[in-house]
Amino acid sequence: MRLAHHLAIASDLIRADCVEATEFPDMAQRYMVMAVPKTVVNDRVSFEGALPEVQFVDAVLQAVDGEGQGANR
Amino acid sequence: MPILTDRDREAVRTELDKLTGPVKLVVFSTSLGASEYCAETERLVKEVAECSDQVTVEILNLHIDRDRAAAYGVDRVPAIVVEGARDYGIRFFGIPMGYEFTNLIDSMIAASSGTPTLSVATLERLAGLKEQVHIQVFSTPT
Repeated sequence: MRLAHHLAIASDLIRADCVEATEFPDMAQRYMVMAVPKTVVNDRVSFEGALPEVQFVDAVLQAVDGEGQGANR
Repeated sequence: MPILTDRDREAVRTELDKLTGPVKLVVFSTSLGASEYCAETERLVKEVAECSDQVTVEILNLHIDRDRAAAYGVDRVPAIVVEGARDYGIRFFGIPMGYEFTNLIDSMIAASSGTPTLSVATLERLAGLKEQVHIQVFSTPT
């Protein structure tokens, strides 16, 4: 989560939400959150677990480059 | 009964000494629905703010302050917006307890300076962004 918030500070185009899954079960169900942390970018790219900075940024850019495989939702 | 223990408060005070500018925590709450979570979030945020003169809190109601909620893109509660010199797009939905409490404090320190802790390579890659990006990270309190 820390990384996502720092990306938001770095770019005016990025917004980063930390969502407490148990308080928002509808969202957890919608995005098929089975393990945490689960990250969803633009509803298009999703991954589970904490990624190193380079891979995290790869996933973020993949979501806007149109290469996303689709988030689980 | 306070949420933060005396020991917690001391640790938060030490961390918030790193703030390099003012931080505002805007809390969206409601007296309906998730009111228990909202009340606890309000309490937690106020207790954090008591640990530093640099931190202010604004409590808004999702159903009354609709324009503000829309401007912040907040549509559910409890929600916390962490603002530094401006709104950087940092949001917490739900009570930031456990590991996310550490992230709340970290985001406050980063927002106070407006300087992210990222590599030069990452900053260069982000400079090329042309579209809006919405990152949602789901977590649990443990």
